[in-house]
Amino acid sequence: MSIVLDTLLLSFLIVCAVAVARTRDLLSAIIIYAAYSLIMAVIWLQLEAPDIAITEAAIGAGVTTLLLIATISKTRREE
Amino acid sequence: MRLVIILFFLALIGFTLVATVAEMPLYGHPENPTNNEVPERFIEKGTEETGVMNIIGGILVDYRAFDTLGEATVLFVAIAAALSALKAHSH
Amino acid sequence: MEDLIVRTISRTLVPFIQVYGLYIILHGHLTPGGSFSGGAVLGSSMILFALSFNLERGAKKLSHDASTVLECGGILIFAMLGFYGILAGTNFLTNLKAGFYPGVPGEFFSAGFIIFITVALAFKVASTVITLFYNLIETEGEAHD
Repeated sequence: MSIVLDTLLLSFLIVCAVAVARTRDLLSAIIIYAAYSLIMAVIWLQLEAPDIAITEAAIGAGVTTLLLIATISKTRREE
Repeated sequence: MRLVIILFFLALIGFTLVATVAEMPLYGHPENPTNNEVPERFIEKGTEETGVMNIIGGILVDYRAFDTLGEATVLFVAIAAALSALKAHSH
Repeated sequence: MEDLIVRTISRTLVPFIQVYGLYIILHGHLTPGGSFSGGAVLGSSMILFALSFNLERGAKKLSHDASTVLECGGILIFAMLGFYGILAGTNFLTNLKAGFYPGVPGEFFSAGFIIFITVALAFKVASTVITLFYNLIETEGEAHD
């Protein structure tokens, strides 16, 4: 059961990582990166590290996304 | 010809990475090199010596408190550097 | 951003996020979590408030002077609690042997100075996040999009 869930999460992680590099629109890339951080948080929870999971969900999916969106609102959206 | 060279080096890097992962110790195995006397000491004496239930918090703020002080200093220096770079051209 | 849906949802959600952040901070010695994660949750709740309403109303909630005081005060409290260990005749940053209140493990008032350091550091992390976001937003620069 746990192996099935881990395999599913890790394949989602790889798909997200490839999609971030392939996307031309920077705003879409940031949102996919937030999804990557959320999946990473669930993986930390599976590895029994709840501290890191909370930090990853707050900083990786929340603060980093907001800072990157603030940055592209000052610059260009297209690559 | 160039594609063959690129694919060869990519396969080489991939083989190295997979071989590294295959050599790593198993997750949660009791014979792992990380399962030495240090985590044993923290788990057995941690609650008694620091009074915490969350042993990770006890390690961060009691045993390794000087590390955490340095971490807070790094955060302070980082925000100071970012502000001085962002506010440099506004005055 | 002048969107009714975003405003209503964030007005309902922000208190719950802040209570969760305070829970993570104050129970840092009992449950998983601590200063850095709790501070990040608290800071992102303030950023959500400032984004969904306009930035001026959010800036009134936490001025730049208050952010400066929190920023420097966090480290200052940490270092002062460390120097108390030297005054008590032990090493720098000694907890229970320096005479802080030990309490019963598992209760809220326990574990010596850990809860003070957690609260101070958490407010410092939250103010770092908020200050960085405000200064990034307020920097002059032409928006191309």
